[in-house]
Amino acid sequence: MERQFFDFSKAFSDPALARSLVQAIERECAEPLTFMEVCGTHTVAIFRSGIHSILPETVVHLSGPGCPVCVTHEQEVELFLQIAARPDAIVATFGDLMRVPGMQGQSLKTAQAEGARVEVVYAPFDALDLARANPDKQVVFLGVGFETTAPAIAATMQMAKAQGLGNFLVLSMHKLVPPALKALLDDDSARVDAFMLPGHVSLVLGLAPYQFIARDYGIPAVVAGFEPLDILAALLTLARQRNAIRQGAAAEIINDYPRAVSEHGNPKARAVMDEVFTVVDARWRGLGVIPQSGLAIAEAYADQDAMRVLGLTMPEPRTLPGCKCGDVLKGKIRPDQCPLFKKACTPANPVGPCMVSTEGSCAAYYKYHAEV
Amino acid sequence: MTASSRLLLDAGSGGQASHRLVADLFLKHFDNPVLAVMDDAARLHLSGPVAMSTDGFIVDPIIFPGGNIGSLAVHGTVNDVAMLGARPRYLTAGFILEEGLDMAVLETIVAAMGQAARDAGVQIVAGDTKVAPKGALDKIFITTTGIGEILVDPAPSGHRARPGDAVLLSGTMGDHGLAILSTRQGLAFETPIVSDCASLNGLVESLITTLPDVHTLRDPTRGGLATTLNEIASQSGVVVEVEEEAIPVHPAVAAGCSFLGLDPLYLANEGKLLCIVPEADAEHALALLRAHPLGGNAARIGTIQEPQGKTRAGQVLLRTPLGGRRLLGMLEGEQLPRIC
Repeated sequence: MERQFFDFSKAFSDPALARSLVQAIERECAEPLTFMEVCGTHTVAIFRSGIHSILPETVVHLSGPGCPVCVTHEQEVELFLQIAARPDAIVATFGDLMRVPGMQGQSLKTAQAEGARVEVVYAPFDALDLARANPDKQVVFLGVGFETTAPAIAATMQMAKAQGLGNFLVLSMHKLVPPALKALLDDDSARVDAFMLPGHVSLVLGLAPYQFIARDYGIPAVVAGFEPLDILAALLTLARQRNAIRQGAAAEIINDYPRAVSEHGNPKARAVMDEVFTVVDARWRGLGVIPQSGLAIAEAYADQDAMRVLGLTMPEPRTLPGCKCGDVLKGKIRPDQCPLFKKACTPANPVGPCMVSTEGSCAAYYKYHAEV
Repeated sequence: MTASSRLLLDAGSGGQASHRLVADLFLKHFDNPVLAVMDDAARLHLSGPVAMSTDGFIVDPIIFPGGNIGSLAVHGTVNDVAMLGARPRYLTAGFILEEGLDMAVLETIVAAMGQAARDAGVQIVAGDTKVAPKGALDKIFITTTGIGEILVDPAPSGHRARPGDAVLLSGTMGDHGLAILSTRQGLAFETPIVSDCASLNGLVESLITTLPDVHTLRDPTRGGLATTLNEIASQSGVVVEVEEEAIPVHPAVAAGCSFLGLDPLYLANEGKLLCIVPEADAEHALALLRAHPLGGNAARIGTIQEPQGKTRAGQVLLRTPLGGRRLLGMLEGEQLPRIC
């Protein structure tokens, strides 16, 4: 007998409930509220569900630096290409890195067309199978992402170590969300009234790493789920928070996603990350070097560190002329305010990473935003 | 059958080995009087305007849940011919085979082609076989060309969608694309995802013989529903507006897509059609689709509109369950699973 599914997405996109939430947001937002969603999955959910087209005009929506592909620096892409060019290497990667352009416009896709062995995997563990099946090659997994993906990649490295797999390497370009938020808040030109925090990152971190946002900057933030009603409910929470702050209350970090996120996050996942990785300064595309915002591979796992084993060095940075991805990521401009948007920069020929990733704000804006 | 269980280069030589392959495999499974004559070309009987289409098939894996590259090569071309409001009559088939191909696998594929052709009421009347050295291609490529008699005048076309027309769909979206992708990646979902690959000519004939003024028929194959709707919007110079909630998607496909970060509206279908009819015919057309075994999940998904306000001809708009409107653009490149 065919298994019946309960369709959660329908339950979380009830139109009547959505309408009443939008009306409530409108009532609470007498003055404009500029909110930034940090996470690319939220960006896409907001555009895909059409939330951007039903929000009151007083609510201004900005996309933040939370798309892992968008903040992958062009130097890092150059490293990917260097690895792909090695005849002794197989690159294992998540699919959305395939089309990210490097400094000369090449990508893993173009490298593949030129004969590089690049394999798209759905989970880091799949790369272990590749390593087992190709003992004469170095299988290099491209470790890109935030606190969401880092624990699974760390666990994969632990497993490779336990199994004595000698040809499984990781290029760790992981980045951490809270330091990026701090850098954003320290940039005077970026003006954000409130943050919508990513549910999946928070699932690992809990609430504590975000408390500085409210405590030191007086800005409220809410951890939100990814269904349309999650997002609308989180916006209502933010609007109410801001009104309470106006009347003298202290800013808070609120968990609006308790069905998935607990206050203390997932200590086991953090422990796995802490064992395998070590916190270092990292260069973010568009944002520059942010102190203590990246994860390098710890000494104990040096034999799985692609940087060390393959003797790689980070190439010199160069900037893409005209590309305003940095200003988009900081919420300074909307994607359509970039001079390249829809002209030199399109999904078919992306100049900047915000256009190439499906979760990038420029790609979402290009793909979903209709002036109707 | 050849004594070897693997295909040898000899089978493409044009000599005895080639003849054995044709006689033992292709003639056996495609058996029909036109092919049996074995002249250089097939002698056909057609009358009136004809529809003709050709398509190449490369698919990995070559055998997948719900079909294989052989059945797909028949369904795909039968459907393309049928979308002109035609009755497909004859197919030709070209095979490019990799040396070393397992003969049992080849026979499974050829048998499936024969069966699919018989089911669709078409004859495979000519063909060609080439064998390429091992490594020159991946196992098997098939090209089919189809020809059929157009049954209505004017024939349905992507240029004939008119403002006010109803947009109908014969069933769920994304089944084939996700079945292929999940098999290729070795992803086992709790509910197996099966390709919808099927010949739609019976469904088309039941529709157009009753309602000859069908404006557009199109099977949303690669690029999925979204890409097909964009093609029609551009060809006809109209705006297409569809309701997201009205678009049928099998719950297991929706769940699998959500898990992988894919959109079912961009995944390929191989046994579904999109149908655009005048508003006055919409209910009748929907009833005809639903009455057919391949149209049980048929639904009305939207309406054709004039460009107005800031909308432009060629745009496809999706009304979301929340009441928002957004663009439903064409697929750029291939869909790839995301990081998080």
